[in-house]
Amino acid sequence: MTEKLVIIGNGMAPGRMLEHLFEQAPGRYAVTIFNAEPRVNYDRIMLSPVLSGEKSYEEIVIHGDGWYIQHGITLYKGHKIVAIDRAAKTVTSDHGVTESYDKLVIATGSVPFIIPVPGNDLPGVITYRDLDDVQAMLLAAQSREKAVVIGGGLLGLEAAAGLASRGMDVTVLHVMPTLMERQLDPAAGYLLQRAVEERGIKVITKANTKQIVGDGKVEGVELADGTVIPATLVVMAVGIRPSAGLAKDAGLAVNRGIVVDSGMQTSDGDIYSVGECAEVDGMVYGLVAPLYEMARVAASHLAGDRSAAFVHADTPTKLKVTGINLFSLGDFAEGDDREEIVLRDATAGIYKRLVLQQNRIIGTVLYGETADGAWFNDLKKKQTDISEMRDTLIFGQAYQGGAPLDPMAAVAALPDDAEICGCNGVCKGKITSTITSKGLTSLDDVRAHTKASASCGSCTGLVEQLMSLTLGAAYNPAAVTPMCSCTTLGHDDVRRLIKAKGLKTIPAVMQELEWKTSCGCAKCRPALNYYLVCDFPDEYADDYQSRYINERIHANIQKDGTYSVVPRMWGGVTNSNELRAIADVVDKFEIPMVKVTGGQRIDLLGIEKEDLPAVWADLGKAGFVSGQAYAKGLRTVKTCVGSDWCRFGTQDSTGLGIRLEKFMWGSWTPAKLKLAVSGCPRNCAEATCKDIGVICVDSGFEIHFAGAAGLDIKGTEVLGLVHTEDEALEYIVALAQMYREQGRYLERIYKWAKRIGLDEIRRQIMADADKRRGYYERFVFSQKFAQVDPWSERVSGKDKHEFKPMATVGFAQAAE
Amino acid sequence: MTVNWISIGLLTDIPLRGARCVKTPDGKIAVFRTAENQVFAIDDHCPHKGGPLSQGIVHGAAVTCPLHNWVISLETGKALGADEGSVRTIPVRIEGEQLFIALEALASRAA
Repeated sequence: MTEKLVIIGNGMAPGRMLEHLFEQAPGRYAVTIFNAEPRVNYDRIMLSPVLSGEKSYEEIVIHGDGWYIQHGITLYKGHKIVAIDRAAKTVTSDHGVTESYDKLVIATGSVPFIIPVPGNDLPGVITYRDLDDVQAMLLAAQSREKAVVIGGGLLGLEAAAGLASRGMDVTVLHVMPTLMERQLDPAAGYLLQRAVEERGIKVITKANTKQIVGDGKVEGVELADGTVIPATLVVMAVGIRPSAGLAKDAGLAVNRGIVVDSGMQTSDGDIYSVGECAEVDGMVYGLVAPLYEMARVAASHLAGDRSAAFVHADTPTKLKVTGINLFSLGDFAEGDDREEIVLRDATAGIYKRLVLQQNRIIGTVLYGETADGAWFNDLKKKQTDISEMRDTLIFGQAYQGGAPLDPMAAVAALPDDAEICGCNGVCKGKITSTITSKGLTSLDDVRAHTKASASCGSCTGLVEQLMSLTLGAAYNPAAVTPMCSCTTLGHDDVRRLIKAKGLKTIPAVMQELEWKTSCGCAKCRPALNYYLVCDFPDEYADDYQSRYINERIHANIQKDGTYSVVPRMWGGVTNSNELRAIADVVDKFEIPMVKVTGGQRIDLLGIEKEDLPAVWADLGKAGFVSGQAYAKGLRTVKTCVGSDWCRFGTQDSTGLGIRLEKFMWGSWTPAKLKLAVSGCPRNCAEATCKDIGVICVDSGFEIHFAGAAGLDIKGTEVLGLVHTEDEALEYIVALAQMYREQGRYLERIYKWAKRIGLDEIRRQIMADADKRRGYYERFVFSQKFAQVDPWSERVSGKDKHEFKPMATVGFAQAAE
Repeated sequence: MTVNWISIGLLTDIPLRGARCVKTPDGKIAVFRTAENQVFAIDDHCPHKGGPLSQGIVHGAAVTCPLHNWVISLETGKALGADEGSVRTIPVRIEGEQLFIALEALASRAA
């Protein structure tokens, strides 16, 4: 007979428990779930990527509505259980629903800890716990104003990074001297603080919050020393408490959490508890791996197998902030009976520390480079005696036993029981055997069947390497897409080989790189032409026959074969003389349409090709040059009126925009490059959806990049804050050059940035002065050859064949 | 029916891997010169949406239309790849440097 299983809570632990249960004892239970949140089960670990915009809610749903239907589960969404009647074996929700149970699982999770200071209940003070909190933060971030995050632990830092990437000015308050002190030692904490600060997030340590100030809503946070930090949003992320009140009211044994034995059974034999609310062996847990272990154990017991037992294991900690790599495991406090091995590489920002006791690893802190985390974890778990490899241990697995292993060999060398996915406790053997037995060929399949890399995703690389090892040539995830069918090489290889071999003409590239066609095609030729222009600005002779018509004749082809012409208006500023000249041209050539563009320029549409030189000649006389509105190159710099006119303007945004445009015009880039400069965070120039944008603030210039508002819509990322206009120019130019040198042809800056990694770009442009200077100087050199007005060149006769018919025939015969 | 060979200019008037137009009462004809100095003439009108083929990138004995990247064979006038359609090809003769096209159809229509 079917038994009734009621679950209070619909988080990750009970969700996983049900998966195991349906596998082990299908049909045994009729399941009812009460979820205080009005939604299905989602991956709470991935809230930070949702906050930062890297993922959407739909992408982090673990069980969609269909899953509940398929398993016949009754799911009460938005029902909070208010009472458990153990005598009657029923639970009752706040909406008055009462359900009886044979077995009950309490999975009420935890509640965020709210520090007991005045003002902690003001509107604008939120916690970071569920999707509602994330949505509240996203809403608040739209203001782009100031936020304070109280708590410099894992959650606090992820919240801060997310809010900063959404454009808020964020300060993190942390009561301890270094960040994440429970997971990191002071040295790693310091490196982390530096990395966080490089993202423009302010960090105040030893910060004691005295009160949250504000009249009717949050206005700031006051510290014990009297400092007031203004804020419209305060996020409390100081820790969590197991949510055990309901169990306590029901008379169950409750300590810090709901006390359970190693079989997850509470003091009532029919009631189990899993998740953050459960206390086992005096420990409560907040990381997902032990919670999933609880889920596995509870499922076994519910299925009738009473042998399963929960065993404590240290779980590695990782921070989910893109580009900050840290790994922490076990006990790393100093002690008389302990030794340590430390590796520091200041230039590369790497710090590694192993804590040893009797020649065995008991603790690991890795910062900057964490690839060996799995290996150290394995050595620790197995209590391997490391005395033999002590001298090279810290360098990682690759350095053990002779020549360094490549990463693939390192993965191959891992034992079958080495843990690959910490979140889900999946070991190597499980992954490889599942791939073989189920014939899996894609990463998604492996995730579906083994759960490996299905939670935080940080082990995806390892899983892919395992797939390659297991499947051999059958798995080719990173298969390079060739530039086009004329070659097998991808864009990156071609760019690299052009430089390495010093190939300076298109025929040389095609010869040396063994092109399969005699003279390429319409895909590869423009790309090669760009790469050569970019790499050898002084030596390469631009091949016009390898350019699209627009760039060949410096106007935009329209559907009817006519062209449109956009004169450059620096920063979008014009005057009566220019407007008069444009009006005269429009009349003289009977131009059918005049239109203002999105980039603050005037577009003259419907011009016959033969008229182009004459149109340009007239415009040139009025001082216009080509607006390059057709170019895979610098197009427009949009500006607002800034401090000259606007009562809110903080800097001369118009002036900076004009300066940037005059500096950068004529440069070719992998794809079009549009800039904007806004004079204040109100952002009237819409700088935050541009390829490169500047938001002027009182303290300087916030440089943004990697926005898009075309096929894709994407807000920009913050590169960093600089204080002077000169710096702004140098940093922006350096960024543009980095993109010029690395971007694949037709790859917009946001796609390039996604591929390269925002942090790598920030590191090279913001943190590495030599790199930045190098990029800047190469751009300046290239501009010597690029800043030639193509219109005046053509007015003076260059490529005149382009604009004239070769011959006019047949009309005479027709007239006869 | 006689074929009218009409002189349209010199081979060197057309850039290598490029094209020029010849205006006729029947519309423009695009005359192409490939990297191997072959010369082809076709209607300057893509079978897809009428794009000016003379403005496209010339590669091998084909041109890619500037509007929507259809690739047209210069030898047959047929669209290559998955696309279907064709344009009229016009016979070309090279005598030394001099180029001629055959305008039989035009002449007959005019007469």
